[in-house]
Amino acid sequence: MTPLLQVKGLSKFYGHRIGCADVAFDLYPGEVMGIVGESGSGKSTLLNCLAGHQPPDQGQVMFDTRADGMRDTVTMSEPERRMLGRTDWAFVHQHAHDGLRMNVSAGGNVGERLMAVGARHYGDIRGAAIDWLGRVEIAEDRIDDRPRQFSGGMQQRLQIARNLVTGPRLVFMDEPTGGLDVSVQACLLDLLRGLVREMGLSAIIVTHDLAVVRLLADRLMVMKDGYVVEPGLTDQVLDDPQHAYTQLLVSSVLQV
Amino acid sequence: MIHNMPIRNCWCRVCCRCEYCGALPQTPRFNLRNEDEIMIEVQSVAKSFVLHNQGSAVFPVMEGAALSVAAGECVALVGASGAGKSTLMRMIYGNYTAQAGRIVVGDVDVASAAPREILELRRKTLGYVSQFLRVVPRVPTLDVVAEPLRAIGIDQDTAQATARSLLTRLNIPERLWALSPTTFSGGEQQRVNIARGFAHQYPAMLLDEPTASLDATNRAVVLDLILAAKARGAAIVGILHDEDARAAVCDREVDVSVFAPGAAA
Repeated sequence: MTPLLQVKGLSKFYGHRIGCADVAFDLYPGEVMGIVGESGSGKSTLLNCLAGHQPPDQGQVMFDTRADGMRDTVTMSEPERRMLGRTDWAFVHQHAHDGLRMNVSAGGNVGERLMAVGARHYGDIRGAAIDWLGRVEIAEDRIDDRPRQFSGGMQQRLQIARNLVTGPRLVFMDEPTGGLDVSVQACLLDLLRGLVREMGLSAIIVTHDLAVVRLLADRLMVMKDGYVVEPGLTDQVLDDPQHAYTQLLVSSVLQV
Repeated sequence: MIHNMPIRNCWCRVCCRCEYCGALPQTPRFNLRNEDEIMIEVQSVAKSFVLHNQGSAVFPVMEGAALSVAAGECVALVGASGAGKSTLMRMIYGNYTAQAGRIVVGDVDVASAAPREILELRRKTLGYVSQFLRVVPRVPTLDVVAEPLRAIGIDQDTAQATARSLLTRLNIPERLWALSPTTFSGGEQQRVNIARGFAHQYPAMLLDEPTASLDATNRAVVLDLILAAKARGAAIVGILHDEDARAAVCDREVDVSVFAPGAAA
């Protein structure tokens, strides 16, 4: 099996400061990888470099495109990268208002991504929007409401629907459950797990919540000061951490 | 090195190896069982824990661990509390890393395999019933039990039918099936965990105290499930504190305290 995403020697510097350095990994179809670390450890920088939101200074991000096989998305032209961004890739932001159009109806938010890949039939677009709102448990009669009128958890679910409607193969998530209360968080975790299994999605999830990665991610990378200090199977990294920093991180979690 | 060969009549190369190092019997009559049938094979495995945040204290816990389990065989790990039974079991599952040696399950060396290969192994080949149930909150019990089947691509209806029959067998009342097991009693959670562990017919299984905190009726059900798994050819490694349960399902015992560093010399 060929990897969906192959990252080699990825580095990003902010002046003389390190954003992330020398990151390498392979992600296979259907795999969910978590990236954890304290704030400032370079998780978000890495995610933004992978998703093409920031240009890395060194390294390659190879993606298995549908048309041409393995392509380096760093050296790809901007239009090609943007095309990937609205077809095979999806990006779920931590704050839903970064990923939604707040003044456009919920249905419009979902439909926009479909129109971006060529859908033009109003009935089809609305039908797909209703289908996806149902899947993320938003009532059909809210389709013409604006996200501004939604609760935080609903906005986050709407953002997920908007991102997944085009059937992406790789989803980047930046703290998808951060800032949500625990009951909504549980709902969202269940939703994400179901979608990953049914659609065969691969996902990269940045979070600082170890309980979230344990439930969602197959694999884990622990970051510290821009470097990956420990990669491995999620349960193995959390139950038998080898690196001093991972041991500190795991032992610092408060018991409920 | 002095070998410790168990005295048995079969002289097979599965159960008649040296208990310390796994060396084969020194007799030509050892091919009654085919080597191909060995499902789980642990060879000279060593493990130590390093606590970086507590003065880098190093605790060697295991050395020269050896074990082999054939298809259709159930081996009990025995030894005092803290001897390393769970540690060895977790190493076989890939949950703990091994510092040295080989841990072959099916055709995958867990000690050196990539995460992707271990995940695949866990989905299809190697089941693990741990002592604790760990689930996404608010997911109904029925879906929790059906999940291992859904993960290998079995359709929703078939998976749920299997889950229903297992939950019925383990005496979980039907009115609880639609609820999340997080609110259940300890014994109910354990039975849900067992139902989930037996949903897919894994060729190799690890059972960590599957009968602890169960009443006599449910204990008998679990032992029946284990016997049925053996009958269909599953290789099983179990930690069972209950001697009667061990006698009922296990073919032999392996004392893990001989794998303690310094003990095997």
